[in-house]
Amino acid sequence: MAEIKEILLVDDNPADIDLTRDILSRNSCRSNVHSVADGIEAIAFLQRQGKYKNEARPDVVFLDLNLPGRDGRSVLAEAKSDPALQKIPIVIFSTSSAHEDIRCSYELGANCYVTKPGNLQGFVSTVSALASFWFSCVMLPGKED
Amino acid sequence: MNEPDVDILLVEDSVDDAELALHALRKEKLANSIFIARDGEEALDFVFCRGTFPGRSFDHPPKLVLLDLKLPKIDGMQVLKAIKSDPRTRTIPVVILTSSREERDLVSGYDLGVNSFIQKPVDFDQFRATVKSVGLYWMVTNQPPVRADVKPNLDEEAPTDEVLLTK
Repeated sequence: MAEIKEILLVDDNPADIDLTRDILSRNSCRSNVHSVADGIEAIAFLQRQGKYKNEARPDVVFLDLNLPGRDGRSVLAEAKSDPALQKIPIVIFSTSSAHEDIRCSYELGANCYVTKPGNLQGFVSTVSALASFWFSCVMLPGKED
Repeated sequence: MNEPDVDILLVEDSVDDAELALHALRKEKLANSIFIARDGEEALDFVFCRGTFPGRSFDHPPKLVLLDLKLPKIDGMQVLKAIKSDPRTRTIPVVILTSSREERDLVSGYDLGVNSFIQKPVDFDQFRATVKSVGLYWMVTNQPPVRADVKPNLDEEAPTDEVLLTK
């Protein structure tokens, strides 16, 4: 069973990134938490291109949908159609609760869809639930690279 | 005849494990209704609305499939493959809950599109705790897929602890 060592947060809101990092660390997350603010950077990170060529592939990705550059749907579609990336669980973490966004995300292969709460208390409990499930319960395959 | 909606399809051939899982899910009131399929064939008949389930509809899929791997008739990996390769069923969240520690099962599971892969603990209390965590995450934290033709329903009904059918 592979341990989650690398997490990638893809979110254009720096406050949400900071808060997520803080909550993850408070939930005893010892993983390296990386973050990028748009879809183009997310794909570059996942593909280990350019400045990300020495980064490890993430074990899990928390992906916002509405992003500058390339949106989250496009990132999700590319990751899930690439044999080198398709095994990486992608958690959609978006403020959208629109049925179309949820349905489309599952169609594209999202592992799950979690709505980002708009209030602090909800945000803390939701990220804690994410951490508890993905870091304590889930088994992931070992990485080939 | 239309059959009632099912929240969780539990695919488990062990009577003890099924009872334990059911107990944990009911205790936490995590599902209105749970159906237990005892083998892979019954699970696929249920999901694909055929065999003894002609009254079921693709418009009302389970919100979650909890899937063991070692199953009679059709094994769990084949069940996963069938669900995830059919456009009518591929958005249904499938969580493998297995005692297997085989790396190849993990790799195959994620390659085939499993939503998450959970190790089934041997210890009685840990098993209940794991089922509770899985149920909480998938039935409370996660948003299940919705069909394009379904209107928003923000008023959740109170759980009723109903087990539709168990063999």
